[in-house]
Amino acid sequence: MPFVAPYLDYHAFAPELVLIATFVAVLVADLIGERNKPLLGTIAGLGLLGSMVPVLTLAVADEPVRAMFGGGYVVDNFALTLKALFIIGGYVVILLSTNYIAEGDFWEGEYYLMLLASILGMTMMASSRDLVLIFVALELLSIPAYMLATWRKRDPKSNEAGLKYYLMGVFATAIMLYGMSLIFGVTGQTGLAAIAASPAIAGTAPVITLGVVFVIAGFGFKVSAVPFHTWAPDTYEGAPTPVTAFLSVASKAGGFVALTSLCLVGFATQEEVWQPLFWVLAALSMTVGNLLALRQTNIVRMLAYSSVAQGGYMLAPLAVAGHSIDGRRESIGALVVYLLVYGAMNLGAFAIVIAVARKTRSGEISSYGGLFQYAPGLTVVMTVFVFALAGIPPLGGWFAKFVIFKALVNPGTSAGYALAIVVGVNSVIALFYYARIAQQMWMQPVPDEDRTPIRVPPSLVGALGICCLVTLVLGVLPGLVGEIGDLAELASGR
Amino acid sequence: MLLNQFLLLAAVLFSIGVYGVLARRNGVLVLMSIELILNAVNINLVAFGAYHGTVSGQVFALFVIAVAAAEVGVGLAIVLLLYRNRQSIAVDEVSSMKG
Repeated sequence: MPFVAPYLDYHAFAPELVLIATFVAVLVADLIGERNKPLLGTIAGLGLLGSMVPVLTLAVADEPVRAMFGGGYVVDNFALTLKALFIIGGYVVILLSTNYIAEGDFWEGEYYLMLLASILGMTMMASSRDLVLIFVALELLSIPAYMLATWRKRDPKSNEAGLKYYLMGVFATAIMLYGMSLIFGVTGQTGLAAIAASPAIAGTAPVITLGVVFVIAGFGFKVSAVPFHTWAPDTYEGAPTPVTAFLSVASKAGGFVALTSLCLVGFATQEEVWQPLFWVLAALSMTVGNLLALRQTNIVRMLAYSSVAQGGYMLAPLAVAGHSIDGRRESIGALVVYLLVYGAMNLGAFAIVIAVARKTRSGEISSYGGLFQYAPGLTVVMTVFVFALAGIPPLGGWFAKFVIFKALVNPGTSAGYALAIVVGVNSVIALFYYARIAQQMWMQPVPDEDRTPIRVPPSLVGALGICCLVTLVLGVLPGLVGEIGDLAELASGR
Repeated sequence: MLLNQFLLLAAVLFSIGVYGVLARRNGVLVLMSIELILNAVNINLVAFGAYHGTVSGQVFALFVIAVAAAEVGVGLAIVLLLYRNRQSIAVDEVSSMKG
């Protein structure tokens, strides 16, 4: 059989190609000389902005779906939206890192390289519709993240963060691979569309159930769903704070993307298996995450548990996604909108944590006492972020919660109603700990009477501006992202 | 075809690996247990690939081998770092953060 070169659409690959070029540029600039060090962050940031250009041109192009490698690599609206989220999120993380990394005792060049590699893995994950590709993309986004979590080499806490993240991550990946091998064994296919089309996957053989459960458990770790969340608080606390922001937003979103395309495309006929599983994971994540967040005294740890709970809200629409094409479309839309809004508000909250820690050198919530008296700007912005996370109108968070509710209630099943009630109760619980931060900042006295203002570097101001703008605009004009819900290609099981 | 024998071997390896990850304290032995799971996956993939008469199983297995090597490289680096800072690689002693 003669070799036929696969069809390559370079326009569809352009965002990844720009990222790879940026990776090489940072590597070379780091090699050439010591005095290039301050430039590395700028090159990485510009490269990320550059890779947004092809994402935008692809979004306005006429061709809605570009498939390559026999449907293994697909660039559609769903993939493009998430690529934009990963790239902009990555850009904000670079803005957060610039001063943090330069002022600390860190390896700068490699830091940006690892960050870029991880973002490349995420953009690949958004397009992957093949078991092999999903695995490779997952590892490309995870392995650099393990190293980033351990980046403070001499700090035992950072070591601990990296070790826990690594061991749990690799274990989960291994379990997921075993599940994938079973799915491959049943169907003889690795492409998700081919798996869905194979008659064998529609059966009720226990081996299929086992495969699906193992795969979901593996990604449950990535999105830190309870009971696979145990690494999250320790890793978040011990890792450098910009890395924590990156893990809690981008890496989590990567897991959700894979879960969505695996379950809604590949295992579409197995909804009897994954719907109840997502139901339990969502309910547990919300409840356990929120209850544990209530008693935290360290703000990063509190945000870690809050992000576990937020992951629960995002899992919720997947628990009702299997009923109909419309249901799938609505669930995917709700998940994507929530990811976008969550990305903006959570990155913003971490940006404030980094800014405040520049002065207080502390992550305790009590160190936020009286923040309003010496940093009124930061206080107002942080209040916006915590109330957005709590889901108070008119900030972005309420709209995200609203679409989740809508996706849960619309199928009209008792499971959907029950989960909607769980979401509602949890939103009230969450308000307590979010409001506690606001109360500390506005009403408590300054703990050590040190009222010197906080000097916020320009890159942090930029990051805060982007996050604040997105949070506010999406809350006031939700129609801007409402259209994203129309991701028909994925929902119809392509 | 003797597919079931391969699958049985893989299942046993997988179980030993999972037990090792959960029960072992030594960092390097935990990594070795993870390798056992990954090799169980490889046996599964190659056996199923031969059963279905496609090469994608072997290709997948090659990817797993290559990526696992990178993964373990990072893992050993982290364990080495741990040893430098604590003079011990017992993973259960690494628990300064709780709650």
